[in-house]
Amino acid sequence: MLLISCPNCGPRDETEFHYGGQAHVAYPENPDALTDRQWAEYLFYRDNTKGAFAERWVHSTGCRQWFNMLRDTVSYDIQAIYKMGEPRPDVNTSAATTPEGATK
Amino acid sequence: MAETATPANPETLRAARRSPASHLAPTFESGSVAGTVALKEIPFQTMVGIRVDRDSDAGARLASVTGGLPAACGEISGDERATTLWLGPEEFLVVAPESAHDSLGGDLVRALVEALGDDPGQVVDLSANRTTFELSGVRARDVLEKGCSLDLHPRAFRTGTALATEIGNIPAMLFKTGEDSFRIFPRASFADFLGRWLLDGMREYASPEVP
Ligand SMILES: [Zn+2]
Repeated sequence: MLLISCPNCGPRDETEFHYGGQAHVAYPENPDALTDRQWAEYLFYRDNTKGAFAERWVHSTGCRQWFNMLRDTVSYDIQAIYKMGEPRPDVNTSAATTPEGATK
Repeated sequence: MAETATPANPETLRAARRSPASHLAPTFESGSVAGTVALKEIPFQTMVGIRVDRDSDAGARLASVTGGLPAACGEISGDERATTLWLGPEEFLVVAPESAHDSLGGDLVRALVEALGDDPGQVVDLSANRTTFELSGVRARDVLEKGCSLDLHPRAFRTGTALATEIGNIPAMLFKTGEDSFRIFPRASFADFLGRWLLDGMREYASPEVP
C-alpha cells in the first residue's frame, strides 16, 4: 500500500486515489493537421519508463482534485508531488521537496 | 438550480418518507452496548452541496448565509443552525436539521440559491444523497479503526473536524462531534452496508473482555 500525500488533504492510503496515466501529455495544438498515425500516438502511446515517471493522480474519495506525482516505477518511491500545470521538478538537484509520508 | 417543490401539507410529506437505514433501527438499538458504544441513524438532515470559489464575491455571500466557508481540509464552519464541511478547495457540504429544509418550512436552500445568484458555482439540494449515522461511546473510535485508515487518535483527529475518507471500504464523510462521538455521512445506497458493518464491529464489545 502506497501512502500518497495529497496536496490538499495530506497523507492518505493509495485506495483513496485513482491513477490518471502519464503527465505532461499536451493536447495537440491543431488536431486536424495530424495524420492518423500522429493522432493515434497522441491518444494511445505512452512512455514505459523504468525509473522516475511523471504521472497524474486524483484523490477520488477525498478532495476530488487532480495532481502530478513523480514516482520511481521500480522502487515505488514517490519523489515529488506537484500541482497540475506545474513543470516536472528536477529531483536530481533536490529542488523538489519530498512531502511528508511520501516514502512508501 | 435547486428546485424544491413545496407540498401543501408538510406532514403528508413527513409520513411518506423512509430513511435509507430505517429498516435497521431495531438492530441498531439491540446492537448498541449501553455505556460502551451506540449506533443510531439521524435521518432526513438537510444537506446542501456548494461549489464556489470562497475568495469570490459569491463565496462571501454564501459564507454570510452559512456562517463562513471552511478554508482547509478537516475544517468546519457554522453554528448550531447549520454546519459546513470542507469537501474540496471549492466544494462544501452544508448540514442542518431537517426543519431547515424549504419543504418543511425552512429557507436554507432558497437562501443559498439566492446568495449564489447568477455567479459561477452551484448550490444543490443533496438532502436525499446521504444519511447520517451517529456512533458514540468510549469504544466508538475502536469500532471505526477496524475499517478506517486515518489516524483517529485525539491528538491527530480533533473534535470539530471532518474528513472525507473510506470506512469499511466505502467512501464517507467522518465528522468528530465530541470526544467520543462521531457522525458518519454515507451515501444512501451504502447505508445498509455500512450500518451492518458498524454493527459487526460493535459486537465484540457486548461480551466480557477476554484477558
Ligand atoms: Zn485530497
